Amino acid sequence: MTVLDHRTEPDVAVLRRPARARAAWLLVAVGVLLVVMLASVAIGSRAVSWSEVWAALGGAQDTLGEAAVSKRIPRTLLAVLVGAALALAGAVMQGVTRNPLADPGILGVNMGASLAVVIGIAYFQMTSPTSFIWVAIAGSAASAVFVYAVGSLGRGGATPLKLALAGAASSAAFASLVSGVVLGRNDIAGGVTSWQIGGVGGATYEKLGYMVPFLAVGFVICVLSARGLNSLALGDELAAGLGQNVAVTRAVAAFGAVVLCGASTAIAGPIAFVGLVVPHACRMLFGADHRWVLPMSAVIGAALLTAGDVVGRVIARPQEIDVGIITAFLGAPVFIYIVRRQKVREL
Amino acid sequence: MEVLEAVTDDRIDRRVDAIAESVARSRARRSVRRRVVIALLGVSVIVVFAITLMVGNTFYSPSEVVRVILGHEVDGATFTVGRLRLPRGVLAVAAGACFGFGGVTFQTMLRNPLASPDIIGITSGAGAAAAFAIVMLSLSETQVSIFAIAAGLGVALLVYTLSFKDGVAGTRLILIGIGIAAMLNSVTAYVLSQAAEWDLQQATRWLAGSLNGSTWSDTVPVLVAMTVLVPVLLIQARNLTMTQLGDDTAGALGVRVERTRIIAIVAAVGLIAFATAACGPIAFVAFLSGPIAARIVGTTGSLLIPSALVGALLVQVADLCGQFAFDTRYPVGVITGVLGAPYLIYLIVRTNRAGGSL
Repeated sequence: MTVLDHRTEPDVAVLRRPARARAAWLLVAVGVLLVVMLASVAIGSRAVSWSEVWAALGGAQDTLGEAAVSKRIPRTLLAVLVGAALALAGAVMQGVTRNPLADPGILGVNMGASLAVVIGIAYFQMTSPTSFIWVAIAGSAASAVFVYAVGSLGRGGATPLKLALAGAASSAAFASLVSGVVLGRNDIAGGVTSWQIGGVGGATYEKLGYMVPFLAVGFVICVLSARGLNSLALGDELAAGLGQNVAVTRAVAAFGAVVLCGASTAIAGPIAFVGLVVPHACRMLFGADHRWVLPMSAVIGAALLTAGDVVGRVIARPQEIDVGIITAFLGAPVFIYIVRRQKVREL
Repeated sequence: MEVLEAVTDDRIDRRVDAIAESVARSRARRSVRRRVVIALLGVSVIVVFAITLMVGNTFYSPSEVVRVILGHEVDGATFTVGRLRLPRGVLAVAAGACFGFGGVTFQTMLRNPLASPDIIGITSGAGAAAAFAIVMLSLSETQVSIFAIAAGLGVALLVYTLSFKDGVAGTRLILIGIGIAAMLNSVTAYVLSQAAEWDLQQATRWLAGSLNGSTWSDTVPVLVAMTVLVPVLLIQARNLTMTQLGDDTAGALGVRVERTRIIAIVAAVGLIAFATAACGPIAFVAFLSGPIAARIVGTTGSLLIPSALVGALLVQVADLCGQFAFDTRYPVGVITGVLGAPYLIYLIVRTNRAGGSL
């Protein structure tokens, strides 16, 4: 029982790290998240004093600095929520497909959501954020099913590399369809980049309000499916022998992940690689038990995306780098590292 | 007894002769088909080129167009045809051919249609470098091209090195290339977002590829690169086809495999980089040309020339469609992207189902 998946995860064979180690890492992760959130409201193109930060966090908007800080609060919250959602979705997808390369960005799910929203705006005059979210969820569900179907054709079913290739190719295909739709419509072309590169710059409390109910549903479904994912990790036969309904477990967990991806993409645009990197880090810190990996992925994902956003604001002052660009730079090397470890013979 | 053997030998000889004859006949038939297809492609490229010169907001007759090309002054046509349509038409053919050459070289070498430079990050590298050189460093056309080539070669080397682990496996190389491409594309996106004065049109050029506003100063470097690099690539055509049999077999047939590979990579990356510097990474042309050429030419001989012609034709036709088929003018890369996307997915479906080389 200590060995989970020898084939793909040779060095993540530990099911659970000792309780003390886990508790320590939990404290560290939460602490880092809080520090990063504080940094995110304090750091930006305008330098503000700590007293102004505190005053603004209390609701004051009297000075310019306080007004700037209060603008950064919804942005920080959006980064936290989207980071948590994408990392959690990535962890669930890795569990559902038993595939270390799964990530909402790599599997084309985020680009599918983006494409659906763009089509909705261009051809169906959609304007309300709630309709964006519904359409994005439909789009990500459709592309998840599509990519899984394509990736599992042929011998050996959905092997990690085949699935990743199907996802990356579909993602490229969707991206070129997105630019095809957007460039034909000058009236909506102003917002092009927000559907091609993800960012959290345009956050408002209103958008957050639309997004939160969907994310809450997704979070609950995903975290509740942790036990089921643990059984799935033993292999389909063994999971069925333990009394799991394998198909239902997979479908429910995947639905939760799709809701998270759709809702976050509808507000923040497609952001890749967060869902890939964070669950891997979590498994190293906490062991492979999904009851730990899922919630901790959410915490660390939130910290990572918020930190990425702060870095994007700092390194290109006075301009900003969208956080989607930062995560690509962070995540692509990890992706390559994991691809290199895969045995190609498995295909 | 001896008589019987002689008779059997004779029969076998005759049968061998018959087989040899039928092989020779079908080979001849295929080579005729190859020549016919190449000729047809060449004629189509020329016809479409002529159409692009004549058709537009104002129509000019063939005689007017010819007079402009010969250097005579024709009212209106000298500017419209000579300054606008001619460089654009020439660049469409040249860039399409470059992408076709470059794409099929990589696809042949790595024995996988997915291993085209626009999927494994080489075009992204050249594009990111060119965008960076233009927006951030304000370099001249030639310097931009050199920058783009260096980046393209660098990316090719990087992808190859990273995917090397007890030999290079096609799937690993493609996935690593996709990862690298993701990083490079975000560099391009960042560079474009930094250039405030950069308008949307120019930005799409570096995201999807566009021929809008092409001038001779865009076109000439591509033509120069082609006159140097295309002969180099064509000399290697036969060796390149033979490396498909596997390194050992090709070596036994007298091919210096490593040398062929290095020359082909440098030439292909050079062509791709020059074309990308001139008109942006026109989406999926490098990827599409080879498989389409293989489909219509069959499997005889090298695919270099047919792919280049298919690439040129693709860009020309897509550019015409983008300009005139819709209410709004689309950049050419959008049209080829929308065409290429379903084909990419189809290819993966087909390969997976066949359980093939993936």
